[in-house]
Order: sequence, then structure tokens, then C-alpha cells
Amino acid sequence: MATIEELVARAEPLKGPHVIEYPFRRSCGPVLSKFFTGLREGKLIGVRSETAGVLVPPAEYDPQTAEGLTDFVEVGPAGKVVSYAWVSRPRPMQLLQHPFAYALVELDGADTGLLHMVDVGGDESKMSVGMRVAPRWKAEREGSVRDIEAFVPEAEARPAPPVIAEPDEPVKSVATPLRLEYDFTAGREQSIFLRALASKKIVGARSPGGDLVYVPPRGTDPRTAEPTPDFVEVSDKGTVVTYSIVRVPSENIHFELPYVCINVLLDGSDIPFFHVLQNCELTDVRLGMRVQASWAADEDLTESVESIRYFEPIDEPDVPFEQFKEYC
Amino acid sequence: MAERCAVIGVGQTKYDATRYDVSMPGLLREAAIRALEDAELTWNDIDAIVIGKAPDMFEGMMYPENYLSDALGATGKPLLRVHTAGSVGGSTANVAFSLISSGIHDRVLTIAWEKQSESNAMWALTLSPPFSVAVVAGAGGFFAPLVRTYMRRSGAPEDTGILVALKDRKNALKNPYAHLQMPNVTYEEIRDSFMLWDPIRYLESCPSSDGACAMIVAKEDLAGKTPRKPAWVLGSSMRSEPVQFAKRDAVNPMAGRQAAKDLYQQAGIDDPRKQIDCIECYVPFSWFEPMWMETMGFADEGEGWKLTHDGTTALDGARPVNMSGGVLSSNAIGASGMCRYAEAVNQVRGEAGEHQVDGAKISLGHAYGGGSQYFSMALFGADKP
Repeated sequence: MATIEELVARAEPLKGPHVIEYPFRRSCGPVLSKFFTGLREGKLIGVRSETAGVLVPPAEYDPQTAEGLTDFVEVGPAGKVVSYAWVSRPRPMQLLQHPFAYALVELDGADTGLLHMVDVGGDESKMSVGMRVAPRWKAEREGSVRDIEAFVPEAEARPAPPVIAEPDEPVKSVATPLRLEYDFTAGREQSIFLRALASKKIVGARSPGGDLVYVPPRGTDPRTAEPTPDFVEVSDKGTVVTYSIVRVPSENIHFELPYVCINVLLDGSDIPFFHVLQNCELTDVRLGMRVQASWAADEDLTESVESIRYFEPIDEPDVPFEQFKEYC
Repeated sequence: MAERCAVIGVGQTKYDATRYDVSMPGLLREAAIRALEDAELTWNDIDAIVIGKAPDMFEGMMYPENYLSDALGATGKPLLRVHTAGSVGGSTANVAFSLISSGIHDRVLTIAWEKQSESNAMWALTLSPPFSVAVVAGAGGFFAPLVRTYMRRSGAPEDTGILVALKDRKNALKNPYAHLQMPNVTYEEIRDSFMLWDPIRYLESCPSSDGACAMIVAKEDLAGKTPRKPAWVLGSSMRSEPVQFAKRDAVNPMAGRQAAKDLYQQAGIDDPRKQIDCIECYVPFSWFEPMWMETMGFADEGEGWKLTHDGTTALDGARPVNMSGGVLSSNAIGASGMCRYAEAVNQVRGEAGEHQVDGAKISLGHAYGGGSQYFSMALFGADKP
């Protein structure tokens, strides 16, 4: 079990992967609905603007006058490359896994370039500005820009396979899943706190002047922005200063419902800490009750808040409200 | 001497659970066009556009300002975005006011929105980074303990939250834009509704809405040329503070008290209880009405609940609160602050329809966000200051 001095001496912060992922779905509105419904049917649809010509994908509003646009026209499906960027080493999430070009394709009848991929079998020498290309359509289309796998040299293109079953409804929304992968860094002070948890210690930091102890340590006092370099161990016992009983499910929260979320003021600290309370009847939870951390078994201790499984009541008299009312 | 500033047009969409019929730009456009129509103006009359929405993860939409210029007639004009979490609708309008009062622009369109149906705010609020354990279940999970603290401090009757919810749900019936319309709602139905985050019940909580709210702000000499009465901006203020610091009073936050004090000073308000006719404030969970009444000085500390129980905050009371039905009835998060302002504006313009407060001369719009960290407020007057 490390001492505070040993923990503070370890300079390198903890790091770990943090993935944020959600299947957002966007409503199209009447104009983009035409575009996506067209893709499902194997057609490319643009819209005519008096100031900017034929825009593909169709814009909902004129880029100069802000007027609504509704004069739809079918364009392409073939067109010419007006500019491109060669991708020699595709990254894991990219749709083509051999070298390809991102290109602006000006479809026949359009006045703007559509951003898509051009697949020339990985041979960059086959790419040129002005080259003629046409879509390589997917057989099963859903109303997405991915219904075109890529543009290919016009001579290699084939007509869109027929629609397998004609859906009645136009496309009203499109899936736009998001996934962000971060290398999360806990920071120095947080890392000291987390490493201490693996030694069954709760570490805070003293504010300049020494009057207040923050748990977890923050590096600076939020009131004054002054540094908080002095680390101090606080008790794993504390007082419930307020709480709620949660009966609503939430992503990323893995406690069985209902559970008690407590703001617990640990002895020796000056700021409440969020955790859960267990081994307590819901009707017995109250402000001022005394609780203590229940630690994971020694072999399960990690550099994580998970090392505290939960808090549970202890046999000590309640603290009067007057004594903690500044903390809740 | 700052330029005088007035709100000359207001436009809102109907707030609803889902607006699948429009794209996000289409949703904003609807509110913006209604504001232009209210002021009898066109896109060409607008000098700059200031927009606000809730935090990016709430609807997974990054940099919306990059693709909204055509929808909002902003081509060739300044278009900027304001970020202050849930208070953003208020602070976005405050920035628009400052562009007028500083003399930089003559007429500014400001708009705030949210399309919650495309995402899940509970998910966005419980992202769990490595080494942590997610225990706080969304906004309700954060605010429920504060409500419990307020109940303990004030000794308020347990049904205060029920009465606030009943009042706001009844007020919403008079507002055609309100999302939740519950014509048969009763005290018992609210009391017996599911405890989501004890002590907060389902019917004491706001819904998830899609919607947008827009306002047009103008300098003094242009404000006189509008077909409908302008609402004069008598003052506007913003304050912020960290989400946690030792001995922070999160129930009655310092930033909220400071913003209110600054607001009253700007407008020459000596006694808000006597001089302000009605208030539209950000109450996502019903108990926040008494809490904000205290923060803004309409009641002494610990006594805000009395204004609910004695009827002061009712639509026909001495100082009505949340005449529109409030956030409890419509909550397109990013828009919600501006909706508060829009209601306060329409009250002093005499344009509030069936939820009009007779003779309203001075009204207050209020928004808050984050962990009760950001406060935006504005005072509106029927008469030129």
C-alpha cells in the first residue's frame, strides 16, 4: 500500500480509452427527403436556384437570397471530376479499404460538385481532373449517400440495379451514427486520487491557506484559481448531506433501480462527493446519516472510483443539520 | 451612453416531441420567419444573426453555424454562436442586445433551438470517462438532491412542487405553442405520478421537445417604426460560477443573486416585489419556482414557497410566474431560455394572447444552465426608459 508521498512522486498521469458513441438520426425535411428518396431509387436529384444554378445535393434555401427552393431536377448520373485528393492509406473507419480519391464530382446538369469517393482500383495514375465518372450503385439501397458505393470511371459503370421492393413512403430521416475515440488523460491530481483508491485511501488537496480540503483534488481552488499543492488523506467515513432516490434508467449507469445517489461529505473534507448508498432501506435514508465506503476486495482494487463499491450506513449518531448545512 | 434597445419581433415554432417533418435548419427557419413577419421585415433588414443551442452532445450536432447561413439569410453577414449550457437561449439574446446597445448593429436576429428527438440528453449527461463510475442520472439526478436540500432548509409543504406543476400545466392550456397540453390534469394525477428522481415526480418534470424561438432586436429609432409595440430592454445580465467549490450554495447560487442584483441596478429597480409585474423563469423541475423566487429577491430566503401557496404566482395572482406554461410544458433545451424572454417580451407588448397579464408594464425573463452555474436575465418594459 503506497503512501501519499509515494503517490505524489509518480508524475505520469493515468490514461485510458474513452469512446463516445450514439446512433443519431436526422430528419430530412421536404428538400433533402427528395435527394435521399432519389438515391434509394437510383437517381440523383438537385434543385435549381436563380442565383447559383443547379445545386447537388439540393439546398433547402438559396445561398444568396435565402428564398426556399423547390425546383427539383434530375442530374447525372455521370459527371466529371473537378478536384480530388488521393487517400493512399485508408484509415479503419473509411468505407474503401484500398487507396482511393475523395473527389468533387460535377454531375451532368449540375453546377456544383458532389463530394464522394472515386474508386480506380487503387491506381492513382488513373485519376485526373476532368475525368468522366459515374456511380457504382449498391443493389440494396436505403436512401443514403452510401447507396453509391463510389464513383468509377464512366466506362466501368453499370446502371443502378432496379429497386427490389418499391417502398411507399419517401425517406424522412437518415442515420448518422457518431463514434468518437479519445485517449483520455486523467491529469496529475486526479491520477494521484485514483492511485490512492487502489490503496484504499481517499486523497484530497488543501486549499492555499489550508482552510478547506477538496476531494477529489483539483489542482486549483475553484474559488480563487490558486494552486492546491498539499495532498492530504481524508476518512472513508462521512455524512450524507443530501440525496435522491433514482428510479429512472440511464445509459452508462449500472446500478439496479431504484438506487440511492448520495452527496457525502467525507470527514476531513469540505466538498461533497457523489456516490451510491447500499445496504439501507429506502425509507431509512436521511440527511445527516453516517456512512462509510465499502471497498472492493483487495484483489479487485483498481486505480478507479470502482474501488469504492458503494457507501453503507454505520452505527454512529446522525449529524445535526446545522453542522453541515453549508455543504448541501 | 449605450444605445437603447428593443425587441420588435418574436417567432416560435409549436413545441412538440418530434418534428420529423422538418430538417434542423427548417425548424429554425420557421421561427425566424415568424419573427420577421411579426416585425414586418425581410431578411435584407437584418444586419447580424446570433444563435444558440444546447451543448453539442445533446443533439450530436457540431458547428451548426457552419451550415445555417442560407436558412437564416446570413450570407454576407456576421453569424455567431453562444454557448452557456441550458441558459444559452437567454445569453444568446443578451449577446444580441449588446450588439445593439453598443451601436455595432441596427437590427439583429437572434434564435435558439433544440431538436431533442434526434438524440437523448440523459445519454449526453451520463457519459462515463475512464476510472469513473456514473452515479448522477441526468439533469434530474443532479437537481433532485438540491430540491431535497431546499425542502429541508425552507420547511416548505411537501406539495409545493405539485402546486407549481398544476399551475404551469393549466397555464400551458392557454398557450397554443406549448408542447404538453393536459386539459384534464389534476392535483391527484401529479401527486400520484411516478417518482423519477425522488423527490421529483414525472409530472413535476419538463418534457423533451423539438422547437425554436427567435427574436428581432433593434436600436431605438428603428424600434419606433414597427407595426406592433416594441418591448424595451431595461437591462440584461449574466453571471457564472464553478459547478463545485467548498461551501458552494448550489440551491441559491451566488451567480444567480449577483445577476439579479446587477439587472435591477441597470434598470433602476429598487424593489422588484413592487416594480416587476410578471416573471417567466427557467423551471425544469417544479420546485425550482420557489428557489428562483428567493434567488431573484421576490421572497426572503426560505419563503419562496409561500408565493405558490398564496396564489401570488398564479396567472391571476399579484405577480404571475411562468404564464406560458414554462419549461415544465415545453423544453427544447437550447431554446428554453429564449422562450422565457419571448414570453416576457410579449407580456409587455400586450401580445401574450390568452395568457396575457392585464396591464403588464415590466417583466423579467430568466434562464439558468449547467449545474445551476450560468444565469442569464433580462428586464423588459412597455415604456421607453
